[in-house]
Amino acid sequence: MEQKIEKQLTLPFKNAVQMSIRSLKIRFGRSIIITMSILLGIAFLMSILATNAFTMALIERGPEELKAILMTDLEEVRTKQVWLVTLSLLVCVVGIVNAMLMSVTERSREIGTMKCLGALDKFIVELFMIESFAHGVFGSLIGSLLGVVIMTLVFIFQHGFLIIRIFPVLTILKYLLFTVSLGTFLAIVGALYPASVSAKMEPAEAIRREV
Amino acid sequence: MAKEAIVRTIGVKKVYMLGKIPLRVLKGIDIEILKGEYISIMGPSGSGKTTLFNMIGGLDKPSEGKVYIDEVDIAQLDAYELAWLRCRKIGYIFQSFNLIPVMTALENVMLPMIFAGLTTDEAREKAKVHLETVGLGERLDHKPFELSGGQQQRVAIARALANDPAIVLADEPTGNLDLKTGKEIITLLRQMNKDKNVSIITATHDLKMLDVSDRVIWLRDGMIERVEDRENITIKVGEVEGEEGG
Repeated sequence: MEQKIEKQLTLPFKNAVQMSIRSLKIRFGRSIIITMSILLGIAFLMSILATNAFTMALIERGPEELKAILMTDLEEVRTKQVWLVTLSLLVCVVGIVNAMLMSVTERSREIGTMKCLGALDKFIVELFMIESFAHGVFGSLIGSLLGVVIMTLVFIFQHGFLIIRIFPVLTILKYLLFTVSLGTFLAIVGALYPASVSAKMEPAEAIRREV
Repeated sequence: MAKEAIVRTIGVKKVYMLGKIPLRVLKGIDIEILKGEYISIMGPSGSGKTTLFNMIGGLDKPSEGKVYIDEVDIAQLDAYELAWLRCRKIGYIFQSFNLIPVMTALENVMLPMIFAGLTTDEAREKAKVHLETVGLGERLDHKPFELSGGQQQRVAIARALANDPAIVLADEPTGNLDLKTGKEIITLLRQMNKDKNVSIITATHDLKMLDVSDRVIWLRDGMIERVEDRENITIKVGEVEGEEGG
């Protein structure tokens, strides 16, 4: 007589993370491409935000001559900025969806096999989500740092080392937190559709697919 | 003691739609497989072997008819219960081994145990025993690409038996193996069948399987042509009575 407790099907988080890390390592090339997608989009976003932060810092604490020039710069560019950034992030998300769909198709046999071993749909989704979380965090972290560094160099080139002395640390940190969260969120959103497609495959269908 | 039927199909039909044209793959199959039996489903390509196999294994649903596994109608099961069935009651072996490439032999065998709720340590110990039983005690930490075809299939067998299932389904288990290795695998399957009283159902072209089977179900064109007990099969060199090349 089987106890109710034996009716469980589980995938402990620790094991899910282990499996995801392995997959990321083995499919390093594909992982890099997805990570690059986020990295570039977030770098762009961060460049815009950093520019604004530096410009504000220079306006508040920089020499008078600069103020007039910089204030006109700020106003012209604001609306254009929002549109450009939104567009570039959309391009990134589309890129992620595409790369993840390819990944899911290539792994359909692996997915089908796991379902034959008793994996629930949500286990499959969980594995893909952990992988995209990793892509998102790494991509945004590196991307935002890249954005900050590049804009700092640009401002040094344009206005001298003043910007280092009045570096708006708190604002930049706030923006870093924002961009990393956004990048991770977008990575996960981009992977949701492909992951749910893979999870819903019937095992027989998934195994037969010759890729 | 009367033997219960571990698998029962009643009037199972399967139709695939190719655009608007129906392809009738199974045209009404009635079988009963008893606990502890070793059954081979044989037939030429296109006879519906694999489709019937998928029905029995709960991998696909029939268009018409019923499939009972351990007296449970699988059409009544929800996704969770089906997954549980695949985890605990049925083990699968495939022609192309289907091991997870990023995991070692040990981890591959541990995976279904993890799903079943064993702790990592419990799973590891149990998986070691299973791998030793199939003769791979020395290769626990090898990844699939470091193993030969025969060794990979042995891992697959150990994995299929991981949660002590009632049924093992083997789809062309010797399809990708040479003659000698194929024979070893067939012997191993028969041994598992005897030692653990687990029912083994294979879909196969391989005539070497006939020798170890209790019964053979011959399929042709989606219907059962005949069912034979092992004693009644005459094997002449180069030919089996009634079997045309497939």
